[in-house]
Amino acid sequence: MARGQFDEAGADLELQGVTKRFPGFTAVDDLTLTIPAGSFFALLGPSGCGKTTTLRLVAGLEDATEGRILIGGKDVTSTKPHQRPVNTVFQSYALFPHMTVLENVEFGLKRRGISDAGQKAHEALRLVELDHLAGRKPQQLSGGQQQRVALARAIVNRPALLLLDEPLGALDLKLRRQMQLELKSIQGEVGLTFLHVTHDQEEAMTMADTVAVMNKGRIEQLGAPEELYELPHTAFVANFLGQSNLFTGPVAGTTADSISVELAGHKIVVPKSRAKRHTGEVTVGIRPEKLRLHTEAPTPVPEDNLLGPGRIADVSFSGVSTQYLVDIPGVGSIVVFAQNSTFGPVAAEGAEVWLTWHIEHGFGLLDEPGEESKFASDTDTQTLAVQRRKRLESELEAG
Amino acid sequence: MAFGAFASTEAPAVEQAPRRKSRVVLFLLLPGILYLLLFFAVPLVSLALTSLQQPSLTGDIGSYDYAFNWQNYVVVIERYGPHILRSFGYAVTATVFALLFSYPLAYFIGVTLRPYRLLQGLALVLVIAPFFISFLLRTLAWKQILADEGPVVSFLQALQLMPADAQITGTAFSVIFGLTYNFIPFMVLPIYTSLERLDLRYVEAGADLYASPATTFRKVTLPLSAPGIISGVLLTFIPAAGDYINASRDFLGSTDTAMIGNVIEANFLVLQNYPAAAALSFILMSVILVLISFYVRRSGTEDLV
Repeated sequence: MARGQFDEAGADLELQGVTKRFPGFTAVDDLTLTIPAGSFFALLGPSGCGKTTTLRLVAGLEDATEGRILIGGKDVTSTKPHQRPVNTVFQSYALFPHMTVLENVEFGLKRRGISDAGQKAHEALRLVELDHLAGRKPQQLSGGQQQRVALARAIVNRPALLLLDEPLGALDLKLRRQMQLELKSIQGEVGLTFLHVTHDQEEAMTMADTVAVMNKGRIEQLGAPEELYELPHTAFVANFLGQSNLFTGPVAGTTADSISVELAGHKIVVPKSRAKRHTGEVTVGIRPEKLRLHTEAPTPVPEDNLLGPGRIADVSFSGVSTQYLVDIPGVGSIVVFAQNSTFGPVAAEGAEVWLTWHIEHGFGLLDEPGEESKFASDTDTQTLAVQRRKRLESELEAG
Repeated sequence: MAFGAFASTEAPAVEQAPRRKSRVVLFLLLPGILYLLLFFAVPLVSLALTSLQQPSLTGDIGSYDYAFNWQNYVVVIERYGPHILRSFGYAVTATVFALLFSYPLAYFIGVTLRPYRLLQGLALVLVIAPFFISFLLRTLAWKQILADEGPVVSFLQALQLMPADAQITGTAFSVIFGLTYNFIPFMVLPIYTSLERLDLRYVEAGADLYASPATTFRKVTLPLSAPGIISGVLLTFIPAAGDYINASRDFLGSTDTAMIGNVIEANFLVLQNYPAAAALSFILMSVILVLISFYVRRSGTEDLV
């Protein structure tokens, strides 16, 4: 990298078949990905999905087992971290404790021999509104201030690519929301390419232009946040990004532009354009907020799917909306979010209800049915319970 | 920008715990204070008085009267000036060598071996293992190894790398060698302690901020392990400056290598010139104090000592 000068602008990041194997497991599995210059890209996934390893591979802190990494068209796979035009905002911030805030921010500039490093460092600190604390040591700052210093220390170098490793993880909720907006606006101001790693789906969706959902070292789905939310391809994505009601059944009928899935006497229609598979056993889903709750049997109309009657098993009020849990015999529990546009819940626990939704709102998944672990995020209590039961059962069998 | 919204998150000033000067604290400190008075202050005063004594009028050898004979200091400095300089020269050289050997060793144990707990423990035991054998025995063993008929000299002479009449024992080399050898564990352990706690994420951050491995070491690793280096240097330099075993004729030294410790020993036990020995002790103590306070001030860690 050229000494004494900044990069022109953000650069493309290209991963080609990158694999990272640690003894005993594969953290990143044949990952191919292109992040266009100037974009805000989020890698989203549960802990252990390989997202941080991917980031470390890009930063050069880990060596790829296979594959190539290109930044701005140049192959950097075999270069050392200090030779790569990237900077990282670490999850732990990793501010040098023996240096002042200013010295921390100047560090990268001085290493690259950039003139008036002090001036530029002060500018970066002004950008994060911490210039008045330039003489302090990092441990004299609060968590949020340290986070901003870490950000200033990275962006002051104008890297082609800025890597953010869950930098907001240690902040409390309110501060985190504020920082998300700040990061987004700084990205717009400085025009760098941001690669953000997070397990917070809301954070990924509010901040990023493009979100890639990672699971077990692979990218499950990649796209704009709205696209991922409205049309998830796999059960993992459907449940990791928000909540979903999923139903699995055989395809019972096909028309020119839709398929219908047989489910305990009900027919669920999904447009072909919104279903990834059109034959065999298919899993279809619907977001809880797209469901309408009826206390009287509605007259069936062709553009709506109808489920019911069922009984409300649980009602929980959460301010803007109310969450209902509806038990439908033969189908299972279904989650419904209803806006509290009138006062309070419209139906009480134990009430008989019907559910309808517009067929255009449903989606059909790519997954083969029967993989219970893929059907929910691993923080879901239901999944945990299933996993624990399976483990117990296998232990009992073994014993 | 909205960063102003964070104004309320600024770190509050650390609240000082209320200082309680209760009698309980004084009472608890009493044994320590008494101990220091009895075994440090009183001997120190006694030593100071001894260093100012003059020979007894009766003329008996080893018998002195109390006086204010500060000429003792002038005399010993004139007579033993070379020994004093030699002591500090040897001690500084040995400290530098000990640091050069110990830092890589401590780094290896504390950082490289960090993922292998068992090996790390084993390596530490190996560093401490020499302590299981008496200091004197180890030094005597080196005397045997480096002796004129010993394996090292014979080998070097066989290879014609050493003249036939040359020696290793009794030279400045063997004394500095002995000092370095004996104090390496005191250097390794404190450096190991600070490197073992070194957060490698700082090293990664250095690499991420365009610092080459060498620069990262100089700018990040070395400053962060400075407390260990400073303690190690103090733990080595202070006893090495006053050491009288390695430089003694009975061990690795000769009359040409006598250090201040040997001179004090000779004055006290052989010549029975107690005032001279006491004056030399005071000179040793004050020079060490001056050097150390200068060193610690330069290192910028007054809170260490």
